[in-house]
Amino acid sequence: MTADLELDCRGLLCPQPVIELGKRIGEVLVGQTVAVASTDAAAAFDIPAWCRMRGQEYVGQEPADDGVPRYVVRRVS
Amino acid sequence: MYLDTASSEPLHPAAREALLAALDRGYADPRRLHGAARDARLILDNARAAVAEALGVRRDEVSFTSSGTDAVHRGLLGLARPGATVAHAAVEHSAVLHALAWRSDLTVRALPVDRLGRVELDAVGEPDVVALQHANHEVGTVQPVSEVAAGAVFMDACASMGRLPLPDGWSAAAGSAHKWGGPAGVGVLLVRKGAAWRNPFPADDRVDERVSGFENVPGVLAAAAALQAVVAERDEVDARQRVLVDRIRAAVAEIPDTEVVGDPVDRLPHLVTFSFLYVDGEALVDGLNRRGFEVASGSACTASTLEPSHVLAAMGALTHGNVRVSLTRDASEADVERFLAALPSTVEEIRKDAGLSTGEAW
Repeated sequence: MTADLELDCRGLLCPQPVIELGKRIGEVLVGQTVAVASTDAAAAFDIPAWCRMRGQEYVGQEPADDGVPRYVVRRVS
Repeated sequence: MYLDTASSEPLHPAAREALLAALDRGYADPRRLHGAARDARLILDNARAAVAEALGVRRDEVSFTSSGTDAVHRGLLGLARPGATVAHAAVEHSAVLHALAWRSDLTVRALPVDRLGRVELDAVGEPDVVALQHANHEVGTVQPVSEVAAGAVFMDACASMGRLPLPDGWSAAAGSAHKWGGPAGVGVLLVRKGAAWRNPFPADDRVDERVSGFENVPGVLAAAAALQAVVAERDEVDARQRVLVDRIRAAVAEIPDTEVVGDPVDRLPHLVTFSFLYVDGEALVDGLNRRGFEVASGSACTASTLEPSHVLAAMGALTHGNVRVSLTRDASEADVERFLAALPSTVEEIRKDAGLSTGEAW
């Protein structure tokens, strides 16, 4: 699944990947998606939690070519 | 200000007094037949009787272990026959998870929890053993132990013993003295009369065949004295702590982008956990410590493993920026208000350092 904005957060520890997501989701339009590639174990829980708290849609998880998980979020507001 | 009693409660004055007296009188081997040994044995028997009375169980159901963890390991593994199936709540303490992982013969299944951290008993099936804590050590939520209808139940009561009356419905249970104001190095193992429990570890020729090692007679008496005192004070302390925790829950929820987790009502009296979006948990613990407030955190960056709390993860709660506050028995309204006055600026400072001011990020 391709995203409209790819955020490379490999090597960043929590909560940096979520901070990046929060800072940059405004760069896509409503309806478009952001993918956060993260090696941090907490991202698997905190990105869905961020979506719930911020009223955005968590689309799901899909590995990047190097196997690192990418967490895909759709901007809905 | 110490706000981490869920990790370890300061020694209760009743325990200190008992400990000092028993250190001088309880040194001998309680299995011997001479006078000093009989003194030690008497102290041990008195402690067992006091714990049984405080918990509402039989004396022969009470064993003293070397820690709460040891009591968990013995209580749980003693119920699990070779090859048994075991279901456990996903939010059980790591002592339960490690004990189950150690036994490669067991078939182990985690039961999901809801957003409050309460186990979904519909998923329990027909296991031989169910491991279900009385109340969660991180978020305080009380579990429906007496509603489990399958298998033999092991109840980890380390977080709740002394603070809440024990429910019915378990075959074995565990408690930890330093969590109720007794000394460290004393755990309580309860095994119901008639329960199909067998010592899972090597036998020892001591006073009590369920446990091993030389009895910590002074520690056990101090633990019993603290438990008696805590149970006697329970109604008053519980009522006071519940009001203070309600106040913390309400005030923290006013801070933007904050999640207060756990059951707001059916919970431990003294404990509350919350998480702040975009906040580094380690920075938060440090920031509060610099302001004089000592709290715990379940965030990954505060753990030696760099893994987030499996409790918060299983609940689907935010795992970063997490703080657990747990009150001492004498915490006052003024203490809580001082903490609540310092918290918002601590959070805001960390968010600013991260390049985010409240309201600026999505």
